Amino acid sequence: MSKELERHAIVVVGGGPAGLAAAIGAYEAGERDILVLERDTQLGGILNQCIHNGFGLHTFKEELTGPEYAARYIARADELGVERRLGTMVMDISDDRVVTAVSSEAGITRIQAGAVILAMGCRERPRGALATPGYRPAGIYSAGTAQRLVNIEGQLPGRNVVILGSGDIGLIMARRMTFEGAHVQCVAEIMPYSGGLKRNIVQCLDDFGIPLLLSHTVTRIEGRQRVEAVWIAEVDERMRPIAGTEVRYPCDTLLLSVGLLPENELSREAGVELSPVTRGPVVNESLETSIPGVFACGNVLHVHDLVDYVSEEAATAGASAARFVQGAVDADDAQRIPIVATDGVRYTVPSTVSVERMPEALTVRFRVGNVYRDHYVSVYLGDDRIQHRKKRVMAPGEMEQVTLKRAELLAHPDIASITVKLEEE
Amino acid sequence: MATETRELTCINCPLGCQLTVTLVDGEVTSVAGNTCKRGDTYGRKEVTNPTRIVTTTVPVEGSATERMVSVKTASDVPKGKMFEVVAALKGVTAQAPVAIGDVILANVAGTGVDIIATRNV
Amino acid sequence: MFDVIVIGAGVSGCSIARELARYDASVCVVEREEDVCCGTSKANSAIVHAGFDAQPESLMAMLNVEGNRLMYEWAQELNFAVINNGSLVVCMSEADVDGLEMLRRRGEANGVPDLRIIDRAELVAMEPNIADEAVGALWAPTGGIVDPFGLTVALAENAAANGVEFRFNAPVSKVTREGDTWAVTAGEETLYAKAVVNAAGVYADFIHNQVAAPDDQLTIIPRKGEYYLLDTTAGNHVNHTIFMLPTPMGKGVLVSPTVHGNLIVGPTATDIEDKEAVDTTPEGLHDVATKSSLTVKNVPLREVITTFAGLRAHQAKHDFVIGEVEGAPCFFDCAAIESPGLTSAPAIGVMVSGIVAEELDLAKKPEGVFDPTRRGVPNLMELSFDEWDELCQKDPAYGHIICRCCRVSEAQIVDVIHRVPTPRSLDAIKRRTGATMGRCQGGFCTPKIMEILERELGMRPDEVTKRGPGSELVVGINKDQIEAPVSASEGGEA
Repeated sequence: MSKELERHAIVVVGGGPAGLAAAIGAYEAGERDILVLERDTQLGGILNQCIHNGFGLHTFKEELTGPEYAARYIARADELGVERRLGTMVMDISDDRVVTAVSSEAGITRIQAGAVILAMGCRERPRGALATPGYRPAGIYSAGTAQRLVNIEGQLPGRNVVILGSGDIGLIMARRMTFEGAHVQCVAEIMPYSGGLKRNIVQCLDDFGIPLLLSHTVTRIEGRQRVEAVWIAEVDERMRPIAGTEVRYPCDTLLLSVGLLPENELSREAGVELSPVTRGPVVNESLETSIPGVFACGNVLHVHDLVDYVSEEAATAGASAARFVQGAVDADDAQRIPIVATDGVRYTVPSTVSVERMPEALTVRFRVGNVYRDHYVSVYLGDDRIQHRKKRVMAPGEMEQVTLKRAELLAHPDIASITVKLEEE
Repeated sequence: MATETRELTCINCPLGCQLTVTLVDGEVTSVAGNTCKRGDTYGRKEVTNPTRIVTTTVPVEGSATERMVSVKTASDVPKGKMFEVVAALKGVTAQAPVAIGDVILANVAGTGVDIIATRNV
Repeated sequence: MFDVIVIGAGVSGCSIARELARYDASVCVVEREEDVCCGTSKANSAIVHAGFDAQPESLMAMLNVEGNRLMYEWAQELNFAVINNGSLVVCMSEADVDGLEMLRRRGEANGVPDLRIIDRAELVAMEPNIADEAVGALWAPTGGIVDPFGLTVALAENAAANGVEFRFNAPVSKVTREGDTWAVTAGEETLYAKAVVNAAGVYADFIHNQVAAPDDQLTIIPRKGEYYLLDTTAGNHVNHTIFMLPTPMGKGVLVSPTVHGNLIVGPTATDIEDKEAVDTTPEGLHDVATKSSLTVKNVPLREVITTFAGLRAHQAKHDFVIGEVEGAPCFFDCAAIESPGLTSAPAIGVMVSGIVAEELDLAKKPEGVFDPTRRGVPNLMELSFDEWDELCQKDPAYGHIICRCCRVSEAQIVDVIHRVPTPRSLDAIKRRTGATMGRCQGGFCTPKIMEILERELGMRPDEVTKRGPGSELVVGINKDQIEAPVSASEGGEA
């Protein structure tokens, strides 16, 4: 019954923004035998349902909607003739890079890949993960599910809406549901600040007079069959509801925008080392995971704020994978310098650097753990502070980056680590 | 002489400066609270001529796979016209095939701006 | 006119119906909800109890031990998921070791085989994550875990395949005696039968009290149990079902793997009045979280994918109430079926059907007419890739994954939709296939399952529900309540 093992130089798992940019990056780095596996019936991933504008300002210097941004990459992939299989879901990746996928057309297929690029994206934290007391009625949706219902199916999930969590998808859906005729009462955010972009708070909430309740959360859900009301309370500094502050909001729908999680089930089963902070793979300067020849990019690696950075990162992963299969890199004998994230810096991607393999300038992305005003982003090579840049404000919702120059690392041989941290002065 | 002040949040960066825009007889005389030039420009525009791109969807007929096609205003429309733009699309249906940029509804709500498709269906 | 009406399509009602189908009799199951397994049967610990808990000589003890034996047997012919993983009752202090011995003796009196008290060393070898305070345990190798949805659906499908009728969305409001027959008002219609079985769960008192004498009234107290369900990443935290030996300080909660590979922690036990109050509470969830650490170390509660509450049908005497109601000929109670009711269900089915058959003098169907087997729903998680590929070659829809978390394909969903009883809601599909039960809790697959239901059953999107009327998933279409401009704008339609 076992079918013949197919072979491809590079297999890209996922045909969303990361997968497409990775495939194009690999092609442009000289590799021709690339196969993109996409579970949906079309390329583009989550961008197809992100019909709002604001994509591509960095990449194309214009404001595109999600489907338009995706279409540019799809057109490029078409032009290059990148092979893709749609309706094909990867079920397993072995540590020797055999990819097992399933589709209606072909059943189970096994592909021996020279290199694998993980580009599976992320998923939303569901209601259950919050353990909010109350009933479990219809009418509780993650913001992304509601977005799919409204934007792809044309169906209205509810008419009277409360949103928990001020992530960008939640904010975007506040405006979307309002435009489609629903009444959005408020957005409750448990943190004292919003994880969403300022632009979205102004244009999706303020424009429509929708209040943003900071330091508030939903404490109870009423309604046995369909949501009938939610209770919202103020929380203290330890995020516990404050007695006596509960207010009942009659509504038929609760949307949740309470966080995104990289979708790493395949990576975990393959044995890829995952970071407990990002929940994505631990990668080196080539965006290569703990399994040689397996690379990661986009939201499966760490959740991004802007798709432009996903595309940029994915192109790097694609190029690295191409170099790997072309044998341009030796076996993994490179000296790796760890990047230490500390003092407000939650993590960095990548988390190790090889001076031999790094490009002349390496982008290191990170997020901070709180809102910081007038702090400096500092980079130390060993004990030597080589960067010290003041930022007026940094917030957990926005990705930050520093650039490491190869020349500077060469000038600091024998360092045990690189440190990225925030400093008050 | 009518003097008026308006409070708004700048959207250009995460700083989110709280701007105070002063108008005299409808003319902006000052923008305060901004940290950079972009805040000044944004403040002036937002109180005198706020505009937005409106995005939504309309049903599409003749596609085997898609029920809806996403659309947007081809350029900014006055912020106060947003709901009229959406309402004008009620009952509008696109016919597949649709290409990005195809005009779905010309001169929506009298704005002089077309509604165009943002997806190939 | 039916021979028998069974009120309630929970696990007891479906088991009784399936066993009655062995007889030459017309049987109808009436259910207030839209599907089988919507009450107590769906929200419980999903444990196959060994049978050492119940008082010797009680109905509970007898039916538990017999139900445990039958459960593994029936799983073969009815193809539902059961795993004989064994149970441990963990003792937390040397002072309480006598309690273990008492349990062992009670279990033996009940006929539970192979019970053994193990010391800490053996316990740690079996359960590396057991709490440091644990001193020993009672080992019950016949204990197990079961898919309560799968069991109930399998019983119902097998009953239906053998001629039993089902009426859903048909709450029984009245039961009266009319001459020699019973009239049962269920929803809009009145059905007639020679015999009635009351398997109405927490509402069994309401049904019973309509036909019983004033001095024979029954009171069923809904006893709420709240649970945490953790992701499959936590499913191996323990291997066996871990109970805590009650101490003078109180009763713990159980920690157990489930047949779906998750970890379940709970329940609480709070007597309430509202028979519909399946809401979780801050106190209850806190209680479970606190008690989870009593027997097992480092229970990864942050891996929670959902919390839920169920109601047990508790009765003061704490034993099953089974038998003909005095003064109500051919009206049979199957009431107060609280834990270990799920385990006992097969034995309850055999017992109650036997009583009914004897009373109505029913004859068994001729040899070969009753088919005890029911085709299972393939579980792609358990198949090798080659086996899965074979399925895909027969039906390509096996290659179209709908629920990623639980690996459920379009083929399985279409398969169950065309069975009887017919699942018409998201939860009904969940109970039969496992779709939406995983870590994303339906985030990705809800719209896709809606589409399949619409296509296969000819439903409109706003007719698809989570769990029956009133739980519609969408309320309309985009812009349906926006007023179009009176005069069409330029360029618009005339």
